[in-house]
Amino acid sequence: MLTKELKALLIKEVKLEFRHKYALNGILLYVASTVFVSYLSFKQIVNAPTWNALFWIIMLFASINAVSKSFMQDSKGLFLYYYTLASPQAVILSKIVYNAFLMLFISLTCYGCYSLFIGNIVQNQFLFISNLALGSIGISSILTLISAIASKTGSNFSLMAVLSFPVMIPLLITLMRVSKDAIDGLDFSVTYKYLVVVSLLDLIILALSYMLFPYLWKD
Amino acid sequence: MKNWWKVLCIILLLYTIVWGFLGPIPNLDIIHETIRNLYFHVTMWFGMMILLTVSLYNSIRYLSKSDLKNDIIASEATNVSILLGILGLCTGSIWAKFTWGAWWTNDPQLNGAAITILAYLAYVLLRNSIEEEQKRARISAVYNIFAYVMMVVFIGIIPKFTGVDSLHPGKGGNPGFNTYDLDSHLRAVFYPAIIGWTLLATWIMTIRIRITNLQRTN
Repeated sequence: MLTKELKALLIKEVKLEFRHKYALNGILLYVASTVFVSYLSFKQIVNAPTWNALFWIIMLFASINAVSKSFMQDSKGLFLYYYTLASPQAVILSKIVYNAFLMLFISLTCYGCYSLFIGNIVQNQFLFISNLALGSIGISSILTLISAIASKTGSNFSLMAVLSFPVMIPLLITLMRVSKDAIDGLDFSVTYKYLVVVSLLDLIILALSYMLFPYLWKD
Repeated sequence: MKNWWKVLCIILLLYTIVWGFLGPIPNLDIIHETIRNLYFHVTMWFGMMILLTVSLYNSIRYLSKSDLKNDIIASEATNVSILLGILGLCTGSIWAKFTWGAWWTNDPQLNGAAITILAYLAYVLLRNSIEEEQKRARISAVYNIFAYVMMVVFIGIIPKFTGVDSLHPGKGGNPGFNTYDLDSHLRAVFYPAIIGWTLLATWIMTIRIRITNLQRTN
């Protein structure tokens, strides 16, 4: 039952995205222009901590921009309609899965642009990409729940940012730490435990979002 | 005598302040007399954590029972713990200046404290942005639970894995206070101080809850 609802809702999300197009294109343009502005101000970055910090700051703002829409674009009537059709778990999971793919796509694009303009100093590509993938899941789970909270206030983007920064930081710090190791080209045998920590964080966040969303849902 | 704990609170805090400044302390390098800050800085943090846990408990209770009483307790406990948190941050900052040489250091504990205060200020902001009582209670309870878990993860779990050294005693290879001699003198003030500050915070909290209840009935 849950998987069926999940599938239907996921298809709906993807269809909606392709119909509007502006959301995905908008965020890609956002990433590209941010990277270009950074390029104009920094030219090339060879210092590993600076490279890492700038990359993740761009990712932080891009992700908040990308995911904040996920509940805000749904009108109150649409919520009522979901309410009659699907379980809250299916709704939140479908949004999280969709946003995770969106985030993965955005982060890979960001990585591509970033390497093109600012230069690529990452030595362990596999670790960096798997870190991005794990990070996408975590970021999407946090921001989807926060977006649900922010949408209930009927308030604006600034509240979304204020609410999400403090709860994002534990995940972000861990991700930055792993990607720093990837830049330094540390062997997988040394860094696998950080990947385990990121996965565990993902699990905690996912479980929290899954459990807490039903309380946000009933209005 | 139902107000016995308020009397106890005053006695304990008087004891903390008087004996904290006059009592014997271990003779330590670098730290010297600043060790007395232990009775204020660390104990306020303990009080904050206790009140945040009270707030968490009431938020969970609210989600299962939908009783507004729990919501008011959760919100006021958070307000008071923000006060304790800011006081703890100030006293800690002063202590850091005199022992580590800087007002702020890149220390997991310090960053964790700052993030905690930011998260709970966001909680207050969230509460102010919703008018309807039941809705406000439910949504802020959800955020409260989320923020608490992330805070515990940030302060308690991540530093252990990422290997960021803390300058605090007992972490990152530094000796803990327990290893110093004469520790029983410190303890004789430290534990009463925790109880004292927590009781004071509870006292403030109960007054604030009564004010909120009066405003609601008007």
